[in-house]
Amino acid sequence: MIKTLQFYFEFTLVRNAFIVGVLIALCSSLLGVTLVLKRYSFIGDGLSHVAFGAMAVATVLKLADQSVLILPVTVITAILLLKSGQNAKIKGDAATAMISVGALAVGYMLMNVFSASANVSGDVCSTLFGSTSILTLQVKDVVLCLVLSTVVIVLFVVLYNRIFAVTFDENFVTATGKSADFYNLMIAVMIAIVIVLGMNLVGSLLISALIIFPALSSMSLLKNFKSVVILSAIMSVICAFIGILVSILLSTPVGSTIVVCDMILFFICFVTGKVKGA
Amino acid sequence: MLYVKNLSIGYEGKPVAEDINFSVKEGDFLCIVGENGAGKSTLIKTLLRLTKPLSGEIVFKEDGIGYLPQQTVVQRDFPASVWEIALSGNISKLGVRPFYGAEEKKRTEDNLKRMGIWHLRKECYRNLSGGQQQRVLLARALCASEKLLVLDEPVSGLDPKVTAEFYDLTKELNKAGITIVMVSHDIKAITEFSDHILHIGKENVFFGTTDEYLKSSIAKEIGLGSGEEG
Repeated sequence: MIKTLQFYFEFTLVRNAFIVGVLIALCSSLLGVTLVLKRYSFIGDGLSHVAFGAMAVATVLKLADQSVLILPVTVITAILLLKSGQNAKIKGDAATAMISVGALAVGYMLMNVFSASANVSGDVCSTLFGSTSILTLQVKDVVLCLVLSTVVIVLFVVLYNRIFAVTFDENFVTATGKSADFYNLMIAVMIAIVIVLGMNLVGSLLISALIIFPALSSMSLLKNFKSVVILSAIMSVICAFIGILVSILLSTPVGSTIVVCDMILFFICFVTGKVKGA
Repeated sequence: MLYVKNLSIGYEGKPVAEDINFSVKEGDFLCIVGENGAGKSTLIKTLLRLTKPLSGEIVFKEDGIGYLPQQTVVQRDFPASVWEIALSGNISKLGVRPFYGAEEKKRTEDNLKRMGIWHLRKECYRNLSGGQQQRVLLARALCASEKLLVLDEPVSGLDPKVTAEFYDLTKELNKAGITIVMVSHDIKAITEFSDHILHIGKENVFFGTTDEYLKSSIAKEIGLGSGEEG
């Protein structure tokens, strides 16, 4: 088995896959804690569907670089969703559900009607559940991923104290004269970036799992914010690594393998937390 | 330090309370009272710029306000240590710096000691008792402002003993020169501690010193009053 691995690791494609996988796992888990605590988990889900819709549009328009369209659309939707969450008329969760299923339906229809590809359901399946293999990543995908995840990680570290304050108590932050809305906006932008990144790896339906599971696992074990964030990052990276490894060795789909790893780890953490707490 | 003139407050254009006038001077202890739904919380939110006023003006001399909010569901199971929460009170003092410096950490330490919860600093917030949680939030508010504290129903859900302790604590802070604006249901306790009262209600708004309030017709209606006039 180790020989097989050594053999695989000689390929740049395999190494790229690991780099991308680990970076995406890291970014998604950093924001996961904030999302879960702010009760924003559903926004991640909604956004990923919007990203799917945007991707369908990009495919129909035959854009060479799909991220040019997907990224701004997702970022703008993230901002709108956060704003509507504070609006009393249409409740945040209902608005999210509306936008997300809408985008899903429109995306699938566009892909079906306009797609030139012979295998439409295959295309749809791989956007929803991730490519069967991320070994097809091109160099420009890897570069894009490197740049965007660096942006997310740097933003997160620099804004860490503000993100904590806004996550714990938005009103307090506003009362001290700081703009909580601005930091919420930054969080929304970062989520959008992570989701667009994650689509390549685990697909748009499964990206929420990458965001939520490590955060929940870590929260069931630890009790201060900084260590929760750090542990969830570590666990997420380990799961992504193992997931990709298993998927190469057993030729299982990458996305779902990673998510299954996250689920198993969550179960272990949850039980450990309960036993320790009891 | 705070001056409010002809203020109307409400949500989405519908007024909850109108024609509110009051002012707060340095060192005052103002209590805002009124029935449920009279707009106390809306007033606080408007003062803190969380809700826009429908009309009228609010003039603040201080920029930072130490705010002690009503607890939210999110906070009850939040994985954060006492230290992290109190430290986050310094957020407005960060300016453009990304991280807290020695000055902020010292201020946090001082305020935790002042609240008598320094020994709990590594504890998880969600495992504390209600009274201890209020002290943490008070320490955080003190980190945000040494001059003006706004407390929104700080004793709701606390048992009588802890409530009394909390009132003593706020009284001490007020004696130390910190201006306090507090919303409360607990009218009897309030009249013992505050020196000014703002009563908001559907028909009548009252603002004056606590003594004046006790002699006013509003106080009589709700069964208070000094009974001097027979």
